[in-house]
Amino acid sequence: MPASAINLLVYLLAFTSGFSIMGIELLAGRILAPYFGSSVHIWGSIITVFMLSLSIGYLLGGKYSTHNASLTRYGTIFIIAGITVTPVALFAEPIMEFIFTAIEDSRYGSLLASMALFFIPTIILGMISPYSVRLLVTSKEESGQVAGKLYFVSTLGSALGTIMTSFYFVLWFEVNAIILSYCTILVVLGLCAIFLTKPLNQLERAHA
Amino acid sequence: MLNKVSSLAVQFSAAIALTITCASSVSAKVIHSERSLYRNIIVEDKKDIRCLKFTVKRNTSNQSCMSKSNPQKLIFSYTKLLFAGLLAQPEPERVLIIGLGGGTISNTLHQLFPDITIDNVEIDPAVVKVAKEYFAYLENDKIQTIARDGRIFVKRALVKKQQYDWIILDAFNGDYIPEHLMTREFLQEVKALLSEQGIVLANTFSISRLYDYESATYHDVFGDFYNVSNENGGNRIILAGKNGRPARATMTTRASQLKAMLTPFGVDLEHVNRQISERKDWPENTRILTDQYSPANLLK
Repeated sequence: MPASAINLLVYLLAFTSGFSIMGIELLAGRILAPYFGSSVHIWGSIITVFMLSLSIGYLLGGKYSTHNASLTRYGTIFIIAGITVTPVALFAEPIMEFIFTAIEDSRYGSLLASMALFFIPTIILGMISPYSVRLLVTSKEESGQVAGKLYFVSTLGSALGTIMTSFYFVLWFEVNAIILSYCTILVVLGLCAIFLTKPLNQLERAHA
Repeated sequence: MLNKVSSLAVQFSAAIALTITCASSVSAKVIHSERSLYRNIIVEDKKDIRCLKFTVKRNTSNQSCMSKSNPQKLIFSYTKLLFAGLLAQPEPERVLIIGLGGGTISNTLHQLFPDITIDNVEIDPAVVKVAKEYFAYLENDKIQTIARDGRIFVKRALVKKQQYDWIILDAFNGDYIPEHLMTREFLQEVKALLSEQGIVLANTFSISRLYDYESATYHDVFGDFYNVSNENGGNRIILAGKNGRPARATMTTRASQLKAMLTPFGVDLEHVNRQISERKDWPENTRILTDQYSPANLLK
């Protein structure tokens, strides 16, 4: 696999992570509504948790990229992200039931439920952007341009993830089916990053 | 020079303002408007009729209307249709109303039965304020208002093991539908909140694709129900019981017995009784709305 193809793969993965982050965030409103309603503060809780998680994820992703950055580690982030999103589909009911019973005020109830369901997976998803920059940048001069391109691709993914999920997916599929599809896509792309690029790594080692 | 221009501008805008005022005073006068967290609220007077509106431009957005000279008299045909509930459950003691509007239904029920308790649930505190100030919405030790999302209220009420004889679902306006108040899971919660002889009265859509989805969902939870709709078909009330629907003959008997009681409110109960249909008028294979699948706003 040539280097340009690897770059393309990294951009594709960054696009997908942006797509799934916003797709999941949008469904969060639908998931919380039966327990915490559809008042304005529900979106306040959801957006707060997503922004907080992403900020932490960026920090951790950047830090993680400083040691032996590789496509294998990059792919692993995707696999973990996919796995940590699955409880949103599988265990949301009992988790929200518990929080609903424990906390009367739906503001703090929805905030805690958002934390329980989305905090960890969104941190992992947030790690992807800085890690992608690390894999793409080869010189100081182009670093700003690469970062710009990466933001462009992943934010464009977010825009599409938002519109596709809210306009079409909810009309065609059940919420859990959409969430589990995001999980599957993240895991499959993670495996692609690890195994499709193996031959290249071996080739490079043979040359060296 | 600058002064001249500005005075000209003032004259010009005054002329425009005058034109606008004249044009609107012929039809209706806005006496109050505010922007709440959820919507634009407008109170409008048109001769003797005062209406609560949620947006300006569309005519379909009237939420609640009353006659200023005779506040008792019900203006909306759908509020009249709601009294079909009396034919199914003539002795309500505890009533839950989700979606306050101007508070008309609560006021009327209180006048009919001063001893019953009424819980009004409304998500928007601004609507509660407007109902009190402009629509004479009454609160007392029997009538309370809870500013909360209807779904949360129902879930909490279940935990507290509360029971209601009538549950009126009136939280929908033409522009936006709270999708979590239209699912099988929500209706199951509502059903669990009903007393043994309890009924649910839901003001629903009758002129959109949503009609079929709603019918199928209600049927899935409550079994056979009655449709109450007026001739022009603007609104449809679903009348369903916790334990099936009462016999039509019983309802017809009650209509003639209770008719006099409702005359002061401008409701002809025998006419309402004739508007009740038991026909299943939706396709058999219609998909049911659930918490997992409820794109109501996309289906309408």
